[in-house]
Amino acid sequence: MQGLYAIFKKELRDHFTSYRFVILFALIAMVSFISSYMAGIHMRENLEGMSGVKFPFLLLFSSTGALFSMIQFVSFFGPLIGLVLGFDSINRERAHGTLIKLVSQPIYRDAVINGKFLAGVVTISIMLISIVLVISGFGLALVGVVPGIEEIWRIIVYLILSIFYISLWLGVSILFSIFFKGIATSALASVALWIFLSFFVSLGADVLANTIVPIGNANETTPEDVIKNYRIKETTARFSPMVLYSEATATIIDPMQKTTRTSDLINLRMNPMEEMLSSRFENPLTLGQSLLVVFPHTTALIAITLICFAISYMVFMVQEIRT
Amino acid sequence: MDNQTIIKTSNLSRRYNGQTAVDDLNFEVKEGEIFGFLGPNGAGKTTTLLMLLGLSQPSSGSAVVCGMDPIRQSKEVKRLIGYLPENVGFYGDLNAVQSLEYVANLNGLKGEVVARKTDNLLDLVGLKQDAKKKVAAFSRGMKQRLGIAEVLIKDPKVLFLDEPTLGLDPDGALRIIDLIESLNKDQGITVVLSSHDLHQVQRISHRVGIMINGKLVAEGSIDSLAKEKFGVGEKEYSLEEIYMKYFREG
Ligand SMILES: Nc1ncnc2c1ncn2[C@@H]1O[C@H](COP(=O)(O)OP(=O)(O)O)[C@@H](O)[C@H]1O
Ligand SMILES: [Mg+2]
Repeated sequence: MQGLYAIFKKELRDHFTSYRFVILFALIAMVSFISSYMAGIHMRENLEGMSGVKFPFLLLFSSTGALFSMIQFVSFFGPLIGLVLGFDSINRERAHGTLIKLVSQPIYRDAVINGKFLAGVVTISIMLISIVLVISGFGLALVGVVPGIEEIWRIIVYLILSIFYISLWLGVSILFSIFFKGIATSALASVALWIFLSFFVSLGADVLANTIVPIGNANETTPEDVIKNYRIKETTARFSPMVLYSEATATIIDPMQKTTRTSDLINLRMNPMEEMLSSRFENPLTLGQSLLVVFPHTTALIAITLICFAISYMVFMVQEIRT
Repeated sequence: MDNQTIIKTSNLSRRYNGQTAVDDLNFEVKEGEIFGFLGPNGAGKTTTLLMLLGLSQPSSGSAVVCGMDPIRQSKEVKRLIGYLPENVGFYGDLNAVQSLEYVANLNGLKGEVVARKTDNLLDLVGLKQDAKKKVAAFSRGMKQRLGIAEVLIKDPKVLFLDEPTLGLDPDGALRIIDLIESLNKDQGITVVLSSHDLHQVQRISHRVGIMINGKLVAEGSIDSLAKEKFGVGEKEYSLEEIYMKYFREG
């Protein structure tokens, strides 16, 4: 315990005094500022005089006013935050000859990994919470929307999900920093994995689904085929934590979604305008129902993090440390 | 193993993918002595020290350190042993006080004790004026002295100093050697000192061990080794001559 706390404290101090943190924070603050501002302007123009809009406050996070919404940004760039905070956590100490000093103190080796991970999680949490507060402040000032109790709960759940999600990437990058002795190598591996999961998994899911159940020819395609094709695509895509996270946060922030999958199936039959209309006049999922829907996603995210940790422990515990 | 013995190895060996780095090592270090641990680069000195700390798994054989098994009681052993690695690294953005405080916290020390110990140790190693200077700006000699302060903060019973004078100018090396001698004399700390500075080792060591290609080829007082090799007392032969003779024959 003593070692864990000492390492945690040191790492946290390092994060908050590093340029890397300042740059990340500036980037995220800037993007969230812009996206919420755009969303706010957009809402003010479009919601004027409209009644019956449910959860207007959440639209600040989910509406794509400019190019992307806040939640899209976090799901795409969130991994980068986790990776940047952790990719050199162990191998930098190794390169500087301080790792041997750490492990020759009377502490358990896992305290090194745990302390670094916890400091990263706290850093991530502080970043996300302050950003959500900034956006909320904008919402109040710009559009005049006041969050209801349920919206506040939903945002808290969204924050927790996001912290889990980014922490997963932090866990991955710490694993890489144990596994790869070179700092540049682990940075490259982290970025490669990020790009692979961002683009190639969904692409691969498309290819796989279309190979197994081709739905190219509109005349010969039965509705069953469409659904089968979609199921395969969906299941494959869920190997990517990004997909898991996007589905989960969409359900939490956009309560009109019945399950995580309906919107896409509806898409097959309706044009976007119809979809928008039909979904906006349905009754939203309650908070409890939303939580039930995203429970498997959350469990999967945590499970992936735990697997990374288990591998990190196994590698690090038996590794000989000479520098 | 009598109660004077603080470290004892029995057939301690370490192999790296078939290559033997440490080969059936049997030696003892007695409580309160300075043990000069000699040998050419790659002889296996560092590997031996790592095994004694429980940081490296022996391929075969075993060791007893302060009455404990360094593999199974690694944490307890590390509480009693201060290890200064060769080419020890530092966090460049911390100053001397912060570096010491971090090591103190890792050893479970808190609050007022840390401040007092930090102060005393910086005084002891002669870094009082540089206490608030970033370690990145330290000379190599200053870094080594800070390293020694760091290993002393846990009040160790035994010090493992792995080539602490490597790359230092003669004056800097002498300061380190004098410091080691005074720690041994004044505080009774047992020291295992690996060094190529044979002249200095001869000056302060009570006994030496010479390791070549993973094997311990000699162990004892410099006097007894001189007698064994040349048949006369230490006065006529320096440690350097003895070492070279073992090296050529080994
Ligand atoms: N990780 C490793 N893999 C393979 N061989 C190693 C490894 N570490 C050390 N060795 C070998 O072990 C031998 C002893 O090294 P070391 O204990 O560092 O010697 P010394 O400290 O006496 O200079 C050397 O021949 C070195 O090449
Ligand atoms: Mg060595």
